Amino acid sequence: MSASVAHLPRRPTPTRRAMQWAFGLGALAYFVYLLWLFDFDRIFTGLPKLWVIVRLMIDWSQFAEWDHKELLRSMVETVAMAFLGTFLATLFALPLGFLGARNIVPNRVFRFLTRRIFDGCRGLDQFIWALVFVRAVGLGPIAGILAIMVAETGVLAKLFAEAIENIDTRQVDGIRSTGASRIAELRYGVLPQILPVLISQALYSIESNSREATILGLVGAGGIGLRLSERIQINAWDQVAYVIVLILITVASIDSVSRWLRLRLIGGPAARN
Amino acid sequence: MTSADPAWQLFERRFGALRRARRTESTLIFVILVLLFVVSAVWTDFSPGKILEGVPRIGEYFGKLFSIQPSESAPPVAVLAWPHLFGGVKEPQSIAYWFYRFNVYAALLWQTIQMAILATVLGYSAAFVLAFPAARTLTANRYVVFISRRLLEFMRTIPQVVLAFILVWPFGIGPLAGVLAIAIHTTGSLGKLFSELNENADLRPVEGVRSVGGSWLAQMRYGIVPQMLPGFLSYGLLRFEINVRSSTIIGFVGAGGIGQELKRVIGFNIYEEVSAICILILLIVVAIDLLSERVRHRLIGAMA
Repeated sequence: MSASVAHLPRRPTPTRRAMQWAFGLGALAYFVYLLWLFDFDRIFTGLPKLWVIVRLMIDWSQFAEWDHKELLRSMVETVAMAFLGTFLATLFALPLGFLGARNIVPNRVFRFLTRRIFDGCRGLDQFIWALVFVRAVGLGPIAGILAIMVAETGVLAKLFAEAIENIDTRQVDGIRSTGASRIAELRYGVLPQILPVLISQALYSIESNSREATILGLVGAGGIGLRLSERIQINAWDQVAYVIVLILITVASIDSVSRWLRLRLIGGPAARN
Repeated sequence: MTSADPAWQLFERRFGALRRARRTESTLIFVILVLLFVVSAVWTDFSPGKILEGVPRIGEYFGKLFSIQPSESAPPVAVLAWPHLFGGVKEPQSIAYWFYRFNVYAALLWQTIQMAILATVLGYSAAFVLAFPAARTLTANRYVVFISRRLLEFMRTIPQVVLAFILVWPFGIGPLAGVLAIAIHTTGSLGKLFSELNENADLRPVEGVRSVGGSWLAQMRYGIVPQMLPGFLSYGLLRFEINVRSSTIIGFVGAGGIGQELKRVIGFNIYEEVSAICILILLIVVAIDLLSERVRHRLIGAMA
């Protein structure tokens, strides 16, 4: 990155300079076009209205009358959804990860197909899966859990497959040399090597999914999102602010618990942070 | 006594103790996990019975997504069939019939991508500006660092969709609210990454500029920006991929893009259009991921 400069950079040729100018002007024109396309002049009419909303948000004088029990229940439900979805996703992703790894399954066609299935699961956002599952199994947290599960299985399976492909083969060779079965090879040769990746990924997923799960309720898939959208629709801005604060606190505490667990279980700085 | 033990006995004993300790720990973790699982399952009504009851319905729904009813009285058939595959728009079971509203989807997908482009550019610029005051090594005033960091944190922790939902009220239904929501979130997360990059920057160029009397702005412009630009750009592209994904869903709350159309067709149970839009979203997301991955690898190559 920090290449030492032995001599001053050469002055660009006129044609190159003209091209740079043309490119810059083109990009600028496109940017202005985009601002125009998306009605950025509406900002000026919107800002006063936003200010009204913000003022309503910070007025918490009605605090005692809010339905705290319902809100806290939904908040716990959100975290439970994230936990269950991630837990099930990890259970499914582990065997799938083995099936998608080059050094475990040498068949190229089979591996190509499993990899495309992973892509399909994670290419669509959890939110879209939630919409589909709400239609399929009805309103409620189960749709949310299934949505988290499907989307996260795709993410985790891909990561696990990559982790399995990057293992040190000597440990597996050692197990094999003792005449162990194929299953024992995977259990004692491969699994211990990917366990740190698995744990830190699963924890990271719980963190990010509890963030994501807060919005799944907007489409009726359970959790705090439903309460939030009800309150936005009736313009109860003070309660909207309260729910957002609840979400921020919950997410922050889950983050710190999972950071502590990660340090405790794996030791040393996290693999992905 | 212990000293008289042969080495192998000592080894066996210690090995046994270690193993027992490991076993207890594993059992404990397992029990805690199962407990958490049961508690969460009870709390969310997640019972095996309900799942088993739901599985056929999920299958049925996905079946419907990929089948069409050629006419009112006719039984549903698969959405595609080989003999009709390349037939015209009027011919059921052809690609043209399935994607008959492709021009509408294409326009909306293009809008979605443009929303992601604009939001990324706006968020990137704001993050670029905020990343210097938020870097501890570059800014001496502790309060400035503290405030910029909290601001970035605040911007990235509010869920994007919620933000869009709120912004739809003052700014009206349409892509503007979505662009602003994604841009704010992008500022928060890119600003954090940029400030971390800045803190790892080599400070010698900064000292060099300072020694010739350069202002703080000049120190940043000529000391930091040149060494950080490839990293910034690479993170920016990564964020663009994420923003394309986000802008496909932001329409559910009325904030523009293909999401609005997807919500409509799901609401009206127009099954074959749901699958058509989902497939298009999937294709565009994967295509942009691949494209940006190639550009990022070239950038990283240019850095080395």
